[in-house]
Amino acid sequence: MNGTGSLVIIFGVLVAALVVAGGNIWLERRLLALWQDRYGPNRLGPFGLFQVFADMIKIITKEDWIPPFADRQVFVIAPGIIVVTVLCAYAVIPFAPGVEVSGLDIGILIFLAMSSLGVYSVALGGWSSDNKYALIGGLRAVAQMLGYEVYMGLSVMGVVMLAGSFHLREIVEAQENLWFCIPQCLGLVIFIIAGIAETRRLPFDLPEAESELVAGFHTEYSAMKFGMFFLGEYLGITLISAMIVTLFFGGWMGPWLPPLVWFILKTFFFIGFFILLRASLPRPRYDQLMAWGWKLMLPLALVNVLVTGGFLLAWG
Amino acid sequence: MWSHLRTIWLVFLHAFRKRETILYPEVKPDIPPRWRGRIILSRDPDGGERCVACHLCAVACPVACIALQATEDEHGRRYPAFFRINFSRCIFCGFCEEACPTYAIQLTPDFEMGEYVRQNLVYEKEDLLISGPGKYPGYNYYKVAGLAIGGKEKGEAEDEAPPVDVKSLLP
Repeated sequence: MNGTGSLVIIFGVLVAALVVAGGNIWLERRLLALWQDRYGPNRLGPFGLFQVFADMIKIITKEDWIPPFADRQVFVIAPGIIVVTVLCAYAVIPFAPGVEVSGLDIGILIFLAMSSLGVYSVALGGWSSDNKYALIGGLRAVAQMLGYEVYMGLSVMGVVMLAGSFHLREIVEAQENLWFCIPQCLGLVIFIIAGIAETRRLPFDLPEAESELVAGFHTEYSAMKFGMFFLGEYLGITLISAMIVTLFFGGWMGPWLPPLVWFILKTFFFIGFFILLRASLPRPRYDQLMAWGWKLMLPLALVNVLVTGGFLLAWG
Repeated sequence: MWSHLRTIWLVFLHAFRKRETILYPEVKPDIPPRWRGRIILSRDPDGGERCVACHLCAVACPVACIALQATEDEHGRRYPAFFRINFSRCIFCGFCEEACPTYAIQLTPDFEMGEYVRQNLVYEKEDLLISGPGKYPGYNYYKVAGLAIGGKEKGEAEDEAPPVDVKSLLP
């Protein structure tokens, strides 16, 4: 891969990720409306697509207010962290053969590291707001991340064992004959659940639980700082969907259509699935969430690793 | 766990349901006839104003959005010199309609009264008066009331006997 090619790819991925994140807002509103027998935004442009631009113009021109009691510097930095870390994680995703920003040998580790770093954004945002609801939201985010990050890492270990590599492109290539969603179906379920918790999406949106915490960690945020948190969240959804596709559903593999199209189709399928979860499941109580993570999902992930390891040892 | 999966599936099936939303400007909603919308002043079947300017609506109005002044015509029949409703204050509670003794003031199912200038929401009598009797087609207050006005003496109303001559001793 030559220099210009990768520059084009870097900007392509950056622009695509941001556009998809913006489009996700529209997609989410339309899909939620569909599943609630409504229409959603349908006035502005075809199918209400220009609603995205209207939303952007609105959120950029809103008053950007920093509360006088907030810790100013941290308050300003916090929303940027999540966007930067999530965008960094896009670097290792192989979108198609030859279309990836950097083919790191430790791709999965970078992804796990970057997605865990994102929690600093929420924790610092909640802390610097100097507001009890924001602080509780931030604390919840940290505890949730600690619990769910552990078995998220463990759940992909089965995939790593089967593929024999941390390199995401090699993992996709190892799924030439059989997608890992079949031998690793337990790992897939655990990864999806951990992924939802990782992006703080419903039903695991305890850090911003509106019914108890006003708006959780972003209670004091307004305008584009608030928008950055949501940009991070929607980037995160896309990232987790892309990772599910890469790790378990054969990445770009598929008949007839070009590889990139397959990747995008599969990714949007899982984005839609995330939105469906939001439309259908209620939010658990906080102790239920933690108990579920530590007492059920973590042992299951360990069992998954054990069984996969045992099979590989016996027949691999 | 099974119930969670079932919930997700049932919610997904809603993708194939009919949507409940009424696309308003294109499709008009079906509004019941007793809807409390734009207020009108009605006329009796003979075409005269029903309003007798008794001020009961203005008193009943919780936001004081009705203003009127009473006057009389040459027959001694009361009517409002002006009648003004400030719809930017009106809360469409319908108390005025309930208070009205002559069915003059009525609420209609029309709600499309949007304006860009607030002053345009102040409706004068000529804006409020309609040509018909509204919800009560046959009713004419002066035809049933025992009040004497020009052209109708006491005892000449419907279902009313002439007054007793108290000066006469004859049975």
